[in-house]
Amino acid sequence: MPVVDRQEWDVVVVGAGGAGLRAAIEARERGARTAVICKSLFGKAHTVMAEGGIAAAMANANEHDTWQTHFRDTLRGGKFLNQWRMAELHAQEAPQRVWELETWGALFDRTKDGRISQRNFGGHEYPRLAHVGDRTGLELIRTLQQRIVALQQEDHARTGDHECELKIFQECTVTRVLKDGSRVSGVFAYDRETGRFFVLRAPAVVLATGGIGKSFKVTSNSWEYTGDGHALALLAGAPLLNMEFVQFHPTGMVWPPSVKGILVTESVRGDGGVLRNSEGRRFMFDYVPDVFKEKYAESEQEADGWYDDPEHHRRPPELLPRDEVARAINAEVKAGRGSPHGGVFLDVSTRMPAEVIRRRLPSMYHQFKELADVDITAEPMEVGPTCHYVMGGIAVDSETAAARGVPGLYAAGEVAGGMHGSNRLGGNSLSDLLVFGRRAGWHAAEYARSLARERPRVDDEQIGAASAEALRPFALGAEGGVAGATGTAGAAEAAGAVEAAGGGAENPYTLHQELQQTMNDLVGIIRRAGEMEQALSRLAKLRERAGRVGVEGHRQFNPGWHLALDLRNMLLVSECVARAARERTESRGGHTREDFPAMEREWRNVNLLCALADPAVGRIRLTRETTPPIRPDLLDLFDKEELAKYLTDEELEGGLSR
Amino acid sequence: MSGYEARFRVWRGDEQGGGLRDFTVEVNEGEVVLDIVHRLQATQAPDLAVRWNCKAGKCGSCSAEINGRPRLMCMTRMSVFDRAETVTITPLRAFPVIRDLVTDVSFNYEKARGIPAFVPPAELAPGEYRMFQEDVDRSQEFRKCIECFLCQDTCHVVRDHEENKRAFAGPRFLMRVAELDMHPLDAAERSGLDRKRTAQEEHGLGYCNITKCCTEVCPEGIRITDNALIPLKERAVDRKYDPLVWLGSKIRRRPS
Repeated sequence: MPVVDRQEWDVVVVGAGGAGLRAAIEARERGARTAVICKSLFGKAHTVMAEGGIAAAMANANEHDTWQTHFRDTLRGGKFLNQWRMAELHAQEAPQRVWELETWGALFDRTKDGRISQRNFGGHEYPRLAHVGDRTGLELIRTLQQRIVALQQEDHARTGDHECELKIFQECTVTRVLKDGSRVSGVFAYDRETGRFFVLRAPAVVLATGGIGKSFKVTSNSWEYTGDGHALALLAGAPLLNMEFVQFHPTGMVWPPSVKGILVTESVRGDGGVLRNSEGRRFMFDYVPDVFKEKYAESEQEADGWYDDPEHHRRPPELLPRDEVARAINAEVKAGRGSPHGGVFLDVSTRMPAEVIRRRLPSMYHQFKELADVDITAEPMEVGPTCHYVMGGIAVDSETAAARGVPGLYAAGEVAGGMHGSNRLGGNSLSDLLVFGRRAGWHAAEYARSLARERPRVDDEQIGAASAEALRPFALGAEGGVAGATGTAGAAEAAGAVEAAGGGAENPYTLHQELQQTMNDLVGIIRRAGEMEQALSRLAKLRERAGRVGVEGHRQFNPGWHLALDLRNMLLVSECVARAARERTESRGGHTREDFPAMEREWRNVNLLCALADPAVGRIRLTRETTPPIRPDLLDLFDKEELAKYLTDEELEGGLSR
Repeated sequence: MSGYEARFRVWRGDEQGGGLRDFTVEVNEGEVVLDIVHRLQATQAPDLAVRWNCKAGKCGSCSAEINGRPRLMCMTRMSVFDRAETVTITPLRAFPVIRDLVTDVSFNYEKARGIPAFVPPAELAPGEYRMFQEDVDRSQEFRKCIECFLCQDTCHVVRDHEENKRAFAGPRFLMRVAELDMHPLDAAERSGLDRKRTAQEEHGLGYCNITKCCTEVCPEGIRITDNALIPLKERAVDRKYDPLVWLGSKIRRRPS
């Protein structure tokens, strides 16, 4: 049996982005001893990339805004597939979550009367996004990070130890959730710096690992986004919900190649930027779908009037939800009206003075100047869709963020499914991770307390299996198992696995590139049945090859080894995306089928669940379930005519209270 | 512009020691130094250790020294170098090496813990905060910091003086004190905490002799010396020393 360091905690949070840190703060404040494990340094999480803002109906910029309006916008954006109770809690609690950030030191941009300024964003009826220039994510992560440090300072003052109640294990990766029977008992992890394994024993584990974008070639996501939490949940026996819904942000950089995919914030459009094709036409007017016809301007004049007088003008179509804009750009490029490097033009230079651009969009100005030699105050940007966010995720209980079927497992933020339905509105991600991060931390802490006297036990066999799994790549590497196995046992098991897999080590970087190309080309923004079949057979081959992945060197800070271990997760999650996408024979939100282009009312209340059929071979089992009907008082927030576009006649008759 | 073969020298090793290794590697149009490091990993040195995350200049992970200058690898374009030039990448010098380009930056996290947090005003409930843009501008400038620690690396007080690390928080964290001190609603003073005094007595503000090295390397363009450190020094002086010094500093600042 390998000798592995073990520690006892009440709650373990996996991931230190916005959701993870908010969960950790809540759990610690409710008295749970809480450990946070993150792959990067503390404070570097992908949340820093969020630019636009945090959506919350505080009504600072428009007094008419209410949680009901926010709820309505969220459901429209998600095409009514949202887990409606989550959307309701989210809209109700977001303002409190923003305000409390101020008490922890956050400094948002201000209105004239000294309140938090709010900006316009796609799909939001009123200016709703609390922001700090275009670096809101950084402000959020720094505020939460500093709140954690403040709590550690309190603990230090009381006990002399900063980390006795709340500890960050930075640059560590969790490879398995451990279980005692059906219940969570802890996590198995390795320290990236030393390569050493360790186990944190805890009755409650919160997964807050973010998304899956690194399975796609063109993405705005960082290296951390390898679907770890999604895969950990699957392997622990929890199902994933609606994985076919992947958001392609309409505006990523397209040139030069090395920055392809890096995000261009939606604030560019929210603040007045427009999209044009190679003929100079503002093409978004041609792409307003029927369900949104009444809400969007029909002429440039009307659209331009909206920025100063929203009461008497309809919104510019550039501010349609992201799925609509991404598809429109894709269609323009396909029709031969794209920009020189295969995107379209996004222009602010003719829309506002250079000085205003530099003040309102400082990061964008900087980013284009530094990385593309483009001065956005003088010329248009070239932009195109980039894989940005996964709406699908771990199926959770709306109130408690508990994962289905695995007591002690919780999920919050991007890794959790349901909240955003088939498409997320900009700004709803940062509010989501605050609202449900807090709820996950709260319920995980309560659950852990309820088990104080009968804490689940950690099983040595599971630890041995997890060690062997993590060491396998070394046994196949050029230098064999000797270097890899230093420090801990497990080499024998690993060597055995190698023999079983058959010779010929695979390079993890090559496999990763092939996976990204497969997902990009075959399960991307526009999907077809034949291509998804092809993707599934390629994924099966990649999975088989991944069993033979080998790495060189030793375990100390070895990126090749880290990638080899992340591949398991990316392959599992990619298969879920491809299977669910093949199953859903309609187009809705972040899932567009060329062979089934219409949104079908019969599909609106159907969830697709992916579970692991057989943990040994990693096969995915897909099931359908019907969602519970939307509560009548929530349906009453919409016009009947609008509902008729989404709900079946039966649902309409049964649902409305009036 | 077509691709070309560039010559690179990358420091490889660990706390036991190491040295520069030579590589010849393909470079394409628009690429940054981090792209080249990734290409080295994928084709020639799969276990080359490097820290990175967003690759867009927003997270501050990929700090290193390129031809001796502290920079973010993701924001250093290859086009700034002559094609014939050998590009040398070494780890941050002020921090202990873990492996290759990865250093132990825990010094910074320890210093962060030493700075008392924002003190919320007791009389204001969440949602009741009112602050004007012009009053938060200055602290917001400091909150642009992405914690890449290039300023900490370049600051001569600690760069080659390990012995000063205990007493000196470094530009990043002195700027954090300044940020809190200039926060319009920070109630530290009412709670008995004098941030100006602690900057001087606990965080080593006096070590800084405003050479502006930190400002020069800041990838966010924050004017650390002019806007954070000098004003903090002036406020500390106002607070701490005798009336004559206080008067002197005021007189000197008068336009002549």
